Amino acid sequence: MEPKNQHTQTILAPIRKVSKGDYLLWGALTALLLSGLVAWIWQYIEGLGITGMNRPVYWGVYITNFVFFIGLAHSGTFISAILRIAGQSWRAPLTRAAEAITLFSLPFGAGSIIIDMGRPERLLNLVFYGRYQSPILWDVTAVSLYLLSSVVFFYLSLLPDIAMCRDRLTNVPHWQHRMYEILALGWNHDSEQYHRLEKVLDGMAVFMTMLVVTVHTVVSWLFGMTVQPGWHTALIGPFFLLGAILSGTAAVVIVLALLRKAYRLEKVLHNGLFNSLRKLLITFVLGWLYMMIAEYLTIGYSNMTEEMVVLTDKFSGTYATMFWSMTVFVFVIPLLIFIFKGKNSVGWMVFASVLINIGMWMERYIVIIPTEISPRMLHVMGQGSYLPALPEILITIACFAGLILLYAVFTRFFPIIPIWETAEELPGHAHSTKTSPAPSSASSD
Amino acid sequence: MLRWGMVIDLDKCFACQSCTAACRMENNTPVAGKDQADMGRAILWNEVLPFVEGEYPNVHTTILPRPCMHCDEPSCVKVCPVQATFMNEEGTVLVNYDRCIGCRMCTVACPYAVRYFNWYAPEWPDALKEHLNPDPEVAPRPKGVVEKCTFCVQRLRKAREEAEAEGRTFNATDYTPACVETCTGRARYFGDLNDPNSLVSKLSHSPRAFRMFEELGTHPKVYYLKQG
Ligand code: SF4
Ligand code: SF4
Repeated sequence: MEPKNQHTQTILAPIRKVSKGDYLLWGALTALLLSGLVAWIWQYIEGLGITGMNRPVYWGVYITNFVFFIGLAHSGTFISAILRIAGQSWRAPLTRAAEAITLFSLPFGAGSIIIDMGRPERLLNLVFYGRYQSPILWDVTAVSLYLLSSVVFFYLSLLPDIAMCRDRLTNVPHWQHRMYEILALGWNHDSEQYHRLEKVLDGMAVFMTMLVVTVHTVVSWLFGMTVQPGWHTALIGPFFLLGAILSGTAAVVIVLALLRKAYRLEKVLHNGLFNSLRKLLITFVLGWLYMMIAEYLTIGYSNMTEEMVVLTDKFSGTYATMFWSMTVFVFVIPLLIFIFKGKNSVGWMVFASVLINIGMWMERYIVIIPTEISPRMLHVMGQGSYLPALPEILITIACFAGLILLYAVFTRFFPIIPIWETAEELPGHAHSTKTSPAPSSASSD
Repeated sequence: MLRWGMVIDLDKCFACQSCTAACRMENNTPVAGKDQADMGRAILWNEVLPFVEGEYPNVHTTILPRPCMHCDEPSCVKVCPVQATFMNEEGTVLVNYDRCIGCRMCTVACPYAVRYFNWYAPEWPDALKEHLNPDPEVAPRPKGVVEKCTFCVQRLRKAREEAEAEGRTFNATDYTPACVETCTGRARYFGDLNDPNSLVSKLSHSPRAFRMFEELGTHPKVYYLKQG
């Protein structure tokens, strides 16, 4: 017996037809992706010299993108794992939409590191000669583990819905139906299957929560473990983590708004969801402000020479414009919107969320570049400078295009709202999203 | 056990840049060209840098010749994910160009900014190309890897080979890096820091001796003798 969900038809509707508009969108995104690929091949042949990087700015937008995309990926895990443990059942309709962001942005995060390498063909040296003393290896381990477990987590929670596609979508092209048959792994909506699934997902949620904290902390240690001014602070880990969850949650708002517009999912992705996300976002924005103050006040107050060089550069020097716009984008405007305008207004919420994500990208950039521009040897070497060059811009655009492309294609072949998790009734046990006290009820029996 | 180190007397250095030139010829560092050099991409294993303190009219300039510090606790070795940068038994920090993946973690971690990246494949004008050092140990490095001062390890190998060929035991004073040999002002000293009687070890204990950024705990093996 299938799970009973009054919205099944609405949720499956987008899968029945791939429209002209879709092909246009996919085509345009593929073109952008290809232009990035060409840029990368060009860079591979010529050398990293075609980028804007130099000495002392050895890391540029590729590493910025790495940090940003891994941060974006935290949306899914936060919503589906952390909120799952916390028993927040309102999150059910948006779990998959959020997890998909995780799944599709991770490859571009990990890919950015490879793009940044001077010798990508030697990637396997990390396996043959890998040394755990290096933060890079911590990153490689944490990110691959994260990618792997995200795929498993995502796929498991997709199983019942694939089975439903298999049973209901009988008039789709033959190959597509075959795909559902294979991927459903013979799922037949047995109540025992649902019990086990919930149990596994609960268990994995705990693991994923630990992983999500580890991953972004380790990412920050790429910087924090060096002795460079501006990077060498214990706060960098928590600060990166909070920023990641902030930008991830904001990304969920954007995605939800687009989905409900494009696929007419207003009934399922109701305004209430946005209001709940709004509260979360207010908390995170304030948390971000707290970290900012804690970090910069400590540095500014103690007034250590090298640290001050970097700090002044951010506050009133080369990066002042960027620094202050970042603060306005991440904190000032969004907070005002969330408090005064965001309630029941999806448009305002999306606007604020877009600003947050632009601001968070800038934040990553501002953590990385100013420290490199003013190395300890500053007084003898002079100040460095950095501006991204064409290949770096093309590749950055390609990463974003690739993320959107994967997402858009996915939503045309699989239900982006979890039908079984939002069902009024599941085989074997009554499960209602409205009344269930905690989604972990399955594991307690 | 030998522990190679260098002492640079800032009183004697008059910034003639001979060391920089000698280093280039000895170690085959490529010619970057003006545009690239302006972007900060010139590869100079040794540089002579002006260190200006104060503001006009009370300016005090120190000239600072700067090789790799060959730290005893090197920030670069710690962060290399594939052990492409490593310290040999005699304390010299080297790079394995065949293994380096070009991640540039070491370049951002070194507080002395002495590590260089090959942004392009190396190039020389034809006239210079004929005069590259033929020693295989300093064969031009490919694009995409990191390189830096090695205390001219190839010269150490040669000194050992020579001693062996002449049938005598190798002596620490047989080995001198190109910059030390060239130095017009005789400002550079090189030798075994572990031998309490060596010149470098005595000079390193001079009251004038200091090391750069000592507070970072990197323990450089390059000492400077204060000006004045
Ligand atoms: S000076 Fe820099 S490159 Fe040389 S050993 Fe020390 S940390 Fe490594
Ligand atoms: S650039 Fe090369 S030497 Fe430096 S850390 Fe990376 S792999 Fe090691």
